[in-house]
Amino acid sequence: MSVVVEQNPALMEVNPPLLPGVQGYHDLTEKVSAIVEGDVLKTPRKYWITLGVTASVTGLLAAMLTFLVSTGIGVWGNNRPIGWAWDITNFVFWIGIGHAGTLISAILFLFRQKWRTSINRSAEAMTLFAVMCAGIFPLFHTGRPWRAYWLFPVPNTDLTLWQNFRSPLIWDVFAVSTYFTVSLLFWFTGLVPDLATLRDRARTKVKQWTFGLLSLGWRGSARHWRNYEAAYLILAGISTPLVLSVHSIVSFDFATSIIPGWHTTIFPPYFVAGAIFSGFACVMTLLLIARWTLNLQQLITIKHLENMNKIILVTGSFVGYAYACEFFVAWYSGNIYERFTFLNRAFGPYWWAAWSMYSCNVFIPQLYWFKSLRRNLWVMFAISITTNIGMWFERFVIIATSLTRDYLPTSWGYFHPTWVDMCTFAGTIGLFLTLFLLFARFLPMIAISEVKGVLATQKHLFKNQEVVTK
Amino acid sequence: MNVDLIKDKLGLGDDKIYGVIGEFSEPDDLVEAGRKIRQMGYTKLDAMSPFPVHGIDDAIGVPPSKLGWIVIFFSALGGLTALLLIWYVGVISYPLVIGGKPLFDFSYSIPVTFELTVLCTAFATFLGMFAINGLPRLYHPSMRYRSAHRASDDRFLLVIEAVDPQFDPQMTAEHLRSVGAAEVEVVEG
Repeated sequence: MSVVVEQNPALMEVNPPLLPGVQGYHDLTEKVSAIVEGDVLKTPRKYWITLGVTASVTGLLAAMLTFLVSTGIGVWGNNRPIGWAWDITNFVFWIGIGHAGTLISAILFLFRQKWRTSINRSAEAMTLFAVMCAGIFPLFHTGRPWRAYWLFPVPNTDLTLWQNFRSPLIWDVFAVSTYFTVSLLFWFTGLVPDLATLRDRARTKVKQWTFGLLSLGWRGSARHWRNYEAAYLILAGISTPLVLSVHSIVSFDFATSIIPGWHTTIFPPYFVAGAIFSGFACVMTLLLIARWTLNLQQLITIKHLENMNKIILVTGSFVGYAYACEFFVAWYSGNIYERFTFLNRAFGPYWWAAWSMYSCNVFIPQLYWFKSLRRNLWVMFAISITTNIGMWFERFVIIATSLTRDYLPTSWGYFHPTWVDMCTFAGTIGLFLTLFLLFARFLPMIAISEVKGVLATQKHLFKNQEVVTK
Repeated sequence: MNVDLIKDKLGLGDDKIYGVIGEFSEPDDLVEAGRKIRQMGYTKLDAMSPFPVHGIDDAIGVPPSKLGWIVIFFSALGGLTALLLIWYVGVISYPLVIGGKPLFDFSYSIPVTFELTVLCTAFATFLGMFAINGLPRLYHPSMRYRSAHRASDDRFLLVIEAVDPQFDPQMTAEHLRSVGAAEVEVVEG
């Protein structure tokens, strides 16, 4: 294929091939499967060391949650007037991270963005793990997680109550649980043909049985593919409004209240843009590490990464616009409480959090206007980290500054996280990374069958072009 | 029990032929061959490929997917169930006035109705797709083909099933060779 490209410099200029380094279908199968099929005992030691560290941090999470359940939620720092604090910040942060996975797999699919195929599988996996981490916080904030089923409309003899469907909190339960389930089904649907590839390549009995059962007998029949493509389109079609609805509903938790700084109609689009922004940054962090450690340079090219950086620039600018808009409306509304809240946000006791957020989310991503910086691996790694720090601060600033000083000065306060708060959050990062490391080692990280479709299109395109130029 | 009879009933008899399989190395060749074979009058055709090959459906006559009809039914069911649930809870089972809000209203029912519609749609799509495809299953005669494992790697297989009225092992194999199949094999069922 690279030979054909050299013959067509004009086409190369207009529409360069996405994966010039891949030699063909079999080469691609080999490249992706090699990671999964390697002998477990011969996995590089750096993998086990990293996994050991992240698993230990996950152990910390287990210890913190055990401590919380056995002692009570007083071990967290939430208290009057800041009843929602660190835990809800983390919940919104993790849910937001998840949004990039669905955006890449569903919205970019509908827009026919072929470059998504190299990154969608890992982004979808990341979504699942992020939503798992998110779920931990509201689940344990209940104090009695074994009664979490009270949140769902299932018959419960010990309560004989129903949920209040007028409350955004119950909408949130439905949104997040639906989001997780649909993401899981979407992810597994995409995985089935690749599991069939691994089944067909498996040498040992254990692998043959494992992949044989997981791939459900998939054999790539034309009839299978026709229904499969219909299913994929439907799943993408419903996931698109779903992903927009999830963070909108999360923002309703705030926007339907009467707290100054929360009670605004800009919240749903502002939250969704921020979620996609943070999610792409998180995908970037994970992909850069995976690309480097697993040698995926030919499958995840600079072109892929540059495209993601463009989305980070756009969504970061949306977020910046939303900040500006909030300030304008606070002034323009003439509402003294709104004005006070926003001045207090930027110059009050949490000024350090607010300015971290403005710098990381609005100012730093503007560097991506320069092509050389968009394509620089060190720059993008650094910005992916600062973006997620910034987006964590955004949620913290929204939640803490509005609650710390509302209408009554007698009930003003200041939030201090406890060590349990901090260790629990660190623990969820450990859980997230542990799950991602296991996924990257034991399941195909690149959607083999989808990338093959891209290769076929490229071959077809360049073949026809050759005929024309001759 | 007569083992042979059971095998026969299940279509697993040793002397049964499943069909003839021809192998191609490029998707364009598969589509071209499929079209020619169909023009020869064969109707019971299938193809196996590592990714969806565009144009193969029309070439070998795969009917459009019926999945959408199944899914739309369950989507509607999901949405109606949600509305019914919210109405039943708010008006019949547990009427409680909170903040002067009505016991039932469409406006505040939208989020939960939407989410349950999406959830039902997703399950119907996922389960429906595999059900229409006859999956999961542990075995299929096409897997007896010598290089069936390459159909999930880099080979494109054209299948003419033995149930085709025109089917004759020798002749059909010859036809497949004539349209450019590199490898041709008669596969037992």
